[in-house]
Amino acid sequence: MMELVSEYWRAYLYTDGHRLTGLAITLWMLVLSLSIGFCAAVPLGIARVSKNRWISTPVRAYTYVFRGTPMYVQLLFIYSGLYSLEIVRETELLNLFFRVGFNCAILTFALNTCAYTTEIIAGAIRATPNGEVEAGRACGMSEFTLYRRVILPGALRRALPALSNEVIFMLHGTSVAFAATVPDLLKIARDANADTFRSFEAFGFAGLLYLTVTFLLVWLFRKAEQRWLSHLKPHKAH
Amino acid sequence: MLLYGYGPQILEGVKVTLALSLSALALSFLIGLLGAAAKLSPNRLLSGVATAYTTLIRGVPDLVSMLVLFYGFQMLLNDFTEAQGWEQIMIDPFAAGVMTLGFIYGAYFSETFRGAFLAVPKGPIEAGFAFGMTRWQVFRRILFPQMMRYALPGIGNNWQVLMKSTALVSIIGLNDLVRIADQAGKATYQVFFFTALTGLIYLGITTVSIIVLQRLERRYATGARMAEL
Repeated sequence: MMELVSEYWRAYLYTDGHRLTGLAITLWMLVLSLSIGFCAAVPLGIARVSKNRWISTPVRAYTYVFRGTPMYVQLLFIYSGLYSLEIVRETELLNLFFRVGFNCAILTFALNTCAYTTEIIAGAIRATPNGEVEAGRACGMSEFTLYRRVILPGALRRALPALSNEVIFMLHGTSVAFAATVPDLLKIARDANADTFRSFEAFGFAGLLYLTVTFLLVWLFRKAEQRWLSHLKPHKAH
Repeated sequence: MLLYGYGPQILEGVKVTLALSLSALALSFLIGLLGAAAKLSPNRLLSGVATAYTTLIRGVPDLVSMLVLFYGFQMLLNDFTEAQGWEQIMIDPFAAGVMTLGFIYGAYFSETFRGAFLAVPKGPIEAGFAFGMTRWQVFRRILFPQMMRYALPGIGNNWQVLMKSTALVSIIGLNDLVRIADQAGKATYQVFFFTALTGLIYLGITTVSIIVLQRLERRYATGARMAEL
């Protein structure tokens, strides 16, 4: 293990000498896709609980498709499937975008995490106590103000535990990015394996790094829950 | 021609994917029951090992565990056969897929079952013992049926994640739906069509699973009254 680590640790962590690789790329993909996914998921979550069928049904169809298929297949579809279409290759802008594996990976991950996060946020909005909404209306709040000051702050807090699961799920999900030739942590492990034939060490080291990041994220979310969810903790009996 | 002549192969791939997911489900279900029993056991060593297993497996991406287990085990086997002077034994990708997926999702099932066992009220169990039932009878007639009601939503989630992660087994060389469709797409230059088809087939399996799970939940909820809101 030490031999392999001393030779490849730099590539595993941040660079192979030419470009960003390994853990750095994995974390960068995670941050990018989660931010894009989350920003899109808040309005979509609100649309998902809308009483208007014309608004909620398309969102429902979107989350159904993206939660019902493997992310690996989604990546293959976006990276090889879409790019095999002539329309995509001949439109300059699309060609420029889809030619780069990294873009395809981010697009796939963002679409995927957005689908899951939309359902999480929609569930949390539905769990809003009716009294809070009534109180807001009684104070004369508009729909927008009601969402901004009452529903969303409560719902996002309630969604925290589910969101932490989703973040860890995405960290693990980014390991399929090698299929789009992105030099992420697992791609480096595969290369190291191909060079040295020390499979157990090569993949084991990558696994250890993933494990460390997972623990770190779990710890961060526990801190966040202590800060924003302490009012929901079960009361201690006296 | 239908599916550019790849109809039979795709069907074969669907069968492999389904067989793999169902076998892995059965194995992980078993491991999950054992894992939950170990986690709840008063024996410190047993519960410690089970906790380490579930924490490690759930902290590492399933693809990485799959590669570690598949290649790692193959190398151990190679070392062993070499030391014995035997011929090299190659692990069959299907068996490897079932074992690694079963081992990985066994960890998730352990957590699901642990929570569900804890949710079963103590009264009926004590009543069972008071009637002179053996431990096995109490488990089979009282604990298991009640536990299943609490575990079903979790089992459903785990099943769907497991079923989708079978797509990754194509990476270790199994001729499943994803791999066959990928090859068909490259051979016919219809990559778009075949990757979309793969997605649709997975979506179909998900849809059927959701319907089956709803039926099961209704069955195991017999006699349970829902709070009327």
